[in-house]
Order: sequence, then structure tokens, then C-alpha cells
Amino acid sequence: MSDTGHDTRHVPGPSLWPIAFAIGVACLLLGLVISWIVAAVGAAIAVVAGFLWARDVTHDVRGEVPSIEPETRAVADSASTGATAVVAADPPLPAYTRSRFLEASTLGVGAAIGAIVTLPVLGFMVLPSFTNVEEDEADLGPIENFPESEYVIATYLSNPSVGEVTRRTAFVRNNGQTDAGEPSFTILYSRCVHLGCPVQPNGPIDEEARQELENGVELRPVLAQSFGCPCHGGLYDAEGNRQAGPPVRSMDRYTFSIKNGRLVLGELYAVGNVSGTGASAQISRYPWSVPGTHVDGVEAWLYPIVPSQVTG
Amino acid sequence: MAAKSKRQQMVDLAVLAPLDWIDERTAAVRATKWFLFRNVPRDISWGQTLGSAALTAFIVQALTGAILAMYYKPSAAIDPVTGKPMAYSSIEAITDELTLGWLVRGMHRWGASVFIILLFLHMGRVFLFGAYKYPRELNWITGVLILATGMLMGFTGYLLPWDQTAYWATAVGINLNGTAPFAGPWLAQFLAGGPEIGQNTITTFYAMHMLLIPGALIALIFVHIYLVTRLGVASPPWSKEAAGRERPPAAAPAGTRAGLVRGSGGGD
Repeated sequence: MSDTGHDTRHVPGPSLWPIAFAIGVACLLLGLVISWIVAAVGAAIAVVAGFLWARDVTHDVRGEVPSIEPETRAVADSASTGATAVVAADPPLPAYTRSRFLEASTLGVGAAIGAIVTLPVLGFMVLPSFTNVEEDEADLGPIENFPESEYVIATYLSNPSVGEVTRRTAFVRNNGQTDAGEPSFTILYSRCVHLGCPVQPNGPIDEEARQELENGVELRPVLAQSFGCPCHGGLYDAEGNRQAGPPVRSMDRYTFSIKNGRLVLGELYAVGNVSGTGASAQISRYPWSVPGTHVDGVEAWLYPIVPSQVTG
Repeated sequence: MAAKSKRQQMVDLAVLAPLDWIDERTAAVRATKWFLFRNVPRDISWGQTLGSAALTAFIVQALTGAILAMYYKPSAAIDPVTGKPMAYSSIEAITDELTLGWLVRGMHRWGASVFIILLFLHMGRVFLFGAYKYPRELNWITGVLILATGMLMGFTGYLLPWDQTAYWATAVGINLNGTAPFAGPWLAQFLAGGPEIGQNTITTFYAMHMLLIPGALIALIFVHIYLVTRLGVASPPWSKEAAGRERPPAAAPAGTRAGLVRGSGGGD
């Protein structure tokens, strides 16, 4: 062939199956995290839709394929006299030839083998990031270490067996008692809800009163009525509400419990906004989400499923 | 044919005959000539060497990176000797203690910037010369993919020194990914190997930095250079020689050029 024809568009006809295929793949990936049943359904959808898609796309090409005379073996006596005449007289054979069947089955079996080998490997690459990631409760020591209405910078190891790399920082303020007579603490996570930099308390740290407890916990009282982030200038007030800069919500907080007179940190949660202060604060509470993601308002629709809310 | 000198005959026997032997079996000599001995427009200049320069920078990165990997320890655990994380301690040892380590690390660290800068200069030259136009569209597209994978190399490599800059820059980078709609939080948690940066992050980034992404990058570079060799270097806009080629008229039915319609044969 000469230099002709390669500039014409070769566009396959419209087909809905790519969408079904994508849904199947998405369902499969989601299922890998949530449950194997969902994954199996997703895989089935993907395989069926992929097959139908391929059938749609190759429709034109298949249409143009002229039926090829298959090899035929003439009977012995006619072969000796005049085989060509006999072959020409035969009725046309079906276009779906043996070689096309072998071609398709080789590709299909190859793809199946590839999928069987690849999927578990991909699963191992992705899944450990999402499974068994719950962190234990952290014991911050006796509540007497937390003077009323003052912030204390508490650092602790969220997973002591892994070591220093799991050290986290929380800003703990003892609010005294609520109106109902229950102990109240404001415990802010130091991670900025803009993009995760370490928020610093704006105020002098009392290094003299620094305490180190036996389980790697370190406490330093600080006179702080606001918190600032050094990376991009986020500013929060004493309740963790955004005052200035790029953060999209209030600072994350910890749940807490008091066991044998000791303050124990529970899970993190995200905060849309805090009204009021201290023990009487009204907190709009949401499941924890990644820094930079909205938890309330229209923007929260952009993050319908956050992994930490699915897998714990 | 003129009679050959004895010396010439010996050279033929020692050098050319083995090359013939290899080429007959592999076509390697012909392939090398096809790759290297190409006609180029008469009015090309130093501007057309930026791609080769970027390739050279990449080769420097690959070699120095492989050698750095012999001494680097991708671990956040505390080194009992230095009392600092293993990764940071090994970087300190490479820089301050191991002979010539400062040089090789410096080559890798600055070479990374050189590579990206050369990619942009190369891209600018191609854009301003219009060298991305027919029939070189795929050169441009593979080049953009090379730029993207190069950026990923920068992102994953930046964490490895495991100092405060590396840690918090990576925290910000991961959380930036996390703010992408719908899939963002999943991507962020995958990159960090969990909800927070930790030991899994550094090993994941190390594996991506030295195995996964370079593999993809090398494959893309091969495709890119194959296309450059196949399509040739475009002449500059001011050249009297036409760049590219005429688009042939669209006459034959679709699929005939690629030999997809039976009985049509292939293109070229």
C-alpha cells in the first residue's frame, strides 16, 4: 500500500459497554477493600462488559472480513480426478473458523491467567495501607498533670512497638467540669487541617515544668490562646476554630476517657465548627477525614467515602 | 576490486567478519546504523541537542541512584549507634563518611534538578519549533508522560533523606493528593501506606523511586526515542526544508494502512 488512507478517522461505533466495564472495575476495587462478594460481582460485571465492549468495537472489522475458504479435504476418488471443481461446488462454510476460535481462546485464557496472577499482587500492593490500621488508645498519665484552663503539649507514641516515627502531638486543656458534673477536656490534634503540617501553640512553653512519663509520654505546659501553622500561615483560636489562612475546618479533636484517674486518648474526629468555649462548647462532630477535605457544606460531597471511615 | 593489503585483510577477518556474524543473527549492526546514522536537516543547531542532554542527565541519575542504593537504608527505625533514624543516618554516612559519597549524592541530588530543567527546555524548544505537529504527535504525548513520571521521581525521592524538610514536604504532598475529589483520600492513604506517614511510607516511596517509576520511565524513553528515530528530526521554522511531511489524501478505507483489512497488506 502507498501513503494513502492512514489519515482517515477510524472511530468505533458508539457503545455503552465501556461505562459498564468501568463500573465493574470500580466495583471490583471497592470490593477489594469492603468485601469479597462485592469484588466478585465487580469482576463478573467487568468481564462480561469487557467482552461485550470488545464485540461492539470489533463489529465493523469483523463485518468486512471476507469468509475464507477453509482447508477442506476432498474425498479420495474426486481428489484424483478434479479437486478444484468439487471444492468450488461446496456450500459456504460458517465464517467463524477454527483458527479464529483458537485465536480468541488463546487470548482469553492468557488474559485469565494474567488476571489470576496480577490481581493478588496488586491487592498486596494496595490493601495493607487500608487494613489493620486502627491505632490503640494512648495513656497520657494522671489527670492531675493537666491544670485547669491551661493547655499542655502532650506528645506520645501512637504505636510504641514501631517507635519514634509514630510520635504524635496533642494539645490538652482541662476544662474542669461540665454543667452535668462530668469531667471535660479539649484535646486538639496538632496536625493542621489544611495540608497536615505541625501546628504550634502561640505562647511561651514552660520548659521548667516539662514532665516525661514512663511510656514515652512527654508533657509541657504552654500559655496559648491560639495556634498557628508554620507552613502556610493557618491560624486557629483556643477552641481550634479557623481564624485565618487556608484551613478548611476546625482542628481535629480526640475523644477521651478517664480510666483509674488517668487521661486516655481515644479516636480522632473531624470538627466542622465549635461555638462556645471550654466545657460548654458546642462541637459539630464528623468522622475523621484527610487534612484539606471539607467535612460539612457542599464541598463535603466531593469526599463521599473516606477510607478511614470505611476500614476504621 | 583492487587488491587488498595484507593488513587490511587481517582487519577484515578480525573485526568485520565477527560483526557480519552477529548481524546475520541479530540485525544488531543494521539496527545501530539505523538508529545512529540518520539524515538530519542541514540547519539544525544546539537547540536540538536538549533531548540528548536530558537523556544523559537521566543516565547519570540511573547510575548514581543504583550506586547510592548500595549504601542507603530505607528505614525509619532508630539506629542504635547514632540514635537517629536509619535512613537519615545512612544519608549522613554517605555524605560525611564514605569516600566520594558526597560527590555521588551531590550528583544525584543536583542531577535531579538538571534533569527536570532540561526536560522543560527541551519541551520549550519542541513547542516553539512546532516540532510536535504531524506526524510527531505521539513524540509530544510520550514526552509529556516522561515529564510526569520525572516529577513523580522528584516527589518520591524527596522523602528519602528523612529529615524534617523531607517529612513535612511529603506530608503536604500526600495531603494535596488527598484533597482530590472522590479518589483523593484513597490515594493519600495508599501513598502514605496508612493514615499517617510512617515506616511503610518510606519503603513504599523507596520502591516506587528506584523500581516502579524508573521502569516506566525507561520504557517511555525507549518509545520516545524510537519515534524520534523513525520520524526524524524536524527542521526549524525558518528552514527552507519543509518540516514534517504532507498529509496524504484520505482515500483508502480505514484499517487498510495498518494491514487490518484482509488482503490489503500493510502501510509503507
